[in-house]
Amino acid sequence: MKRLLTVLVALAGLLVGVALALLAWQRGLSDHTPASTAPVSLERGAYLAAVGNCAGCHTARGGARLAGGRPIPTPFGTAFSSNLTPDASGLAGWSADDFWRALHLGIGRDGRLLVPAHPITNTTLVTREDADALHAWLQVQPAVSAPRRAHELRWPMDSELGTQLAVAAWRALHFRPGVYQPEPARDAAWNRGAYLSQGLAHCSACHAGRNTLGGDNGPADFRGGLLLGLGWVAPSLLDPAEAGVQRWSDTTLQRWLRDGHADGYIAQGPMAEVVLGSTAALDDADLAAVSHYLRTLPEQAAARPAPVRPDARRREHGAGLYREHCAACHGAKGEGRRDDSGELAYPALAGSRLVTQASPANLIRLIERGGFAPATPGHPRPYGMPPFAGLLDADELAALASHLRQSFGHHAGEVDTVEVLRLRAAAARH
Amino acid sequence: MAVMRRLACLLAALLCLPVAAQPDAAAPRVVPDTLAQRALACTGCHGKEGRAAPDGYYPRLAGKPAGYLYNQLLNFRDGRRDYGLMSELIAPLSDAYLKELAGHFASLDLPYPPPQGPTLAAPELARAEQLIRHGDAARRLPACTACHGERLTGTQPTVPGLLGLSRDYLNGQLGAWRSGQRHAQAPDCMAGIAKALTAAEINAMTQFLAGQPMPADAHPAPALAAPAPLRCGGLTQ
Repeated sequence: MKRLLTVLVALAGLLVGVALALLAWQRGLSDHTPASTAPVSLERGAYLAAVGNCAGCHTARGGARLAGGRPIPTPFGTAFSSNLTPDASGLAGWSADDFWRALHLGIGRDGRLLVPAHPITNTTLVTREDADALHAWLQVQPAVSAPRRAHELRWPMDSELGTQLAVAAWRALHFRPGVYQPEPARDAAWNRGAYLSQGLAHCSACHAGRNTLGGDNGPADFRGGLLLGLGWVAPSLLDPAEAGVQRWSDTTLQRWLRDGHADGYIAQGPMAEVVLGSTAALDDADLAAVSHYLRTLPEQAAARPAPVRPDARRREHGAGLYREHCAACHGAKGEGRRDDSGELAYPALAGSRLVTQASPANLIRLIERGGFAPATPGHPRPYGMPPFAGLLDADELAALASHLRQSFGHHAGEVDTVEVLRLRAAAARH
Repeated sequence: MAVMRRLACLLAALLCLPVAAQPDAAAPRVVPDTLAQRALACTGCHGKEGRAAPDGYYPRLAGKPAGYLYNQLLNFRDGRRDYGLMSELIAPLSDAYLKELAGHFASLDLPYPPPQGPTLAAPELARAEQLIRHGDAARRLPACTACHGERLTGTQPTVPGLLGLSRDYLNGQLGAWRSGQRHAQAPDCMAGIAKALTAAEINAMTQFLAGQPMPADAHPAPALAAPAPLRCGGLTQ
């Protein structure tokens, strides 16, 4: 017994020792890329901040722009974004070198490691020139006093030291600093698209397939996964049956990224936020580059969970609910309905990937909570779907989703009540 | 006979309910390019004239001042009011579009429900009416009518009417202001007023308000009769 205890204590000590060594290593990372010599353009900085959607995370709901404080749900608890305005509680006094260290190495001016809720595996790819433009632009934004709110993370990250040790270990496994290196076999537009998508636009922050430690396969990991605490799935960009755009036309994808709506495809939930905060701002050349890059991603089928047992009675129940609540807008055969310009005002559900994706999370969520396409200059007055949360209970949601996933020629797995409840729990967990 | 007639009415109502929810076979193939069509995403919960649902009461939107409705949309979006379904739904919409939707509901002229009979004794209701019409200068409580209009039907462009609403809804809102669940733009005078009132006073006032018949002209007053007694963020738009 005593011996076991000694071994355990020794092991724990060893673990802490290793973590401390990792922390010292990670905090000691340095980079001496000199500031860019080109004149810094504020206009460029503003554009890059929009593409990176910095304000998306660094602005609290209803709060001052870029002043931070927005809760970011993670599997490890809630992180709070920091103040990017040039106030003493934000980036006042940060030099271009300080900012570069944060963006490129994920180390704050006070030497602390940034928690990976800030997408360091993406921002490390940003060039020094772009980082300097961002820094210059941030430094001329209105200063707002908003002290950093302490993260509310679970053990062992519920203390400053615990967080730092855990982040150091995480970084040792998942973080390799380095600016984006162009692929010589690809053309300039492709590389530009890859630089933006993997870097500032940080698509993989949501679309990566993460392991239980929250790690991914790098900034080009687009295998998709459940966004804990949000209840949405960021579907795989590699699988054309999920959210892959390999078989879309260039025109459709460019319109979709710009307007959030094209040919019956609608950006929903967190992606609507991304369109509004980021992709709608892309200039024509960058829009074309991102579209080019995303359309050439390799195709890889997403894992499909074992389907639940089919249940004809549940599907029949769902068919009745569909006739009662859905058919008026989405059509008796799921064909959708068009407005007088010929665009689908209410999307077709027949052939819809949202209906047949491996995970029914987004389908259930949309039925429960409704939604609008983002109101963008190109599509300013979207039609919307009311929430059915107060009308349909978990059994009915499962029935309706099962019906949709097995009708109109679909062969996706059915959904049972347990799955609906499990998804609800995942949405609430953070 | 009266019982039979009531039964027949009930039966007709029951029969009509599922019919209304059925897809309209005669629906035009092209989706109308109207705000009414777009507002269906709202009336799914709110109904035409407000709707009680298992998860709470969805207030009437029809005929409320446009500026008031617009301010509430911003309040939900920006977190001053807290209802997840509502905030999420409107999150991706622009200010311009929200204003249009608010204008649509403000322009609707729909009948109001009959008043709810108060259960309190007359002296308590009289005291409530006194507070509503004259306030209480000693406690620095302004009269409700000073902002919500002599007829209590609201004032353009941002002050809502207090009549034609259920007691539960009125109690719910005043309670939410007291507990910090509901906020208006700063300075939030309604929060101060709700906190200064006692629970008994709130109960009597909402009993009185919900018991009032709608005046012949149910529209909001065109403007404040005199400068507002308090500086309120909600009065701006």
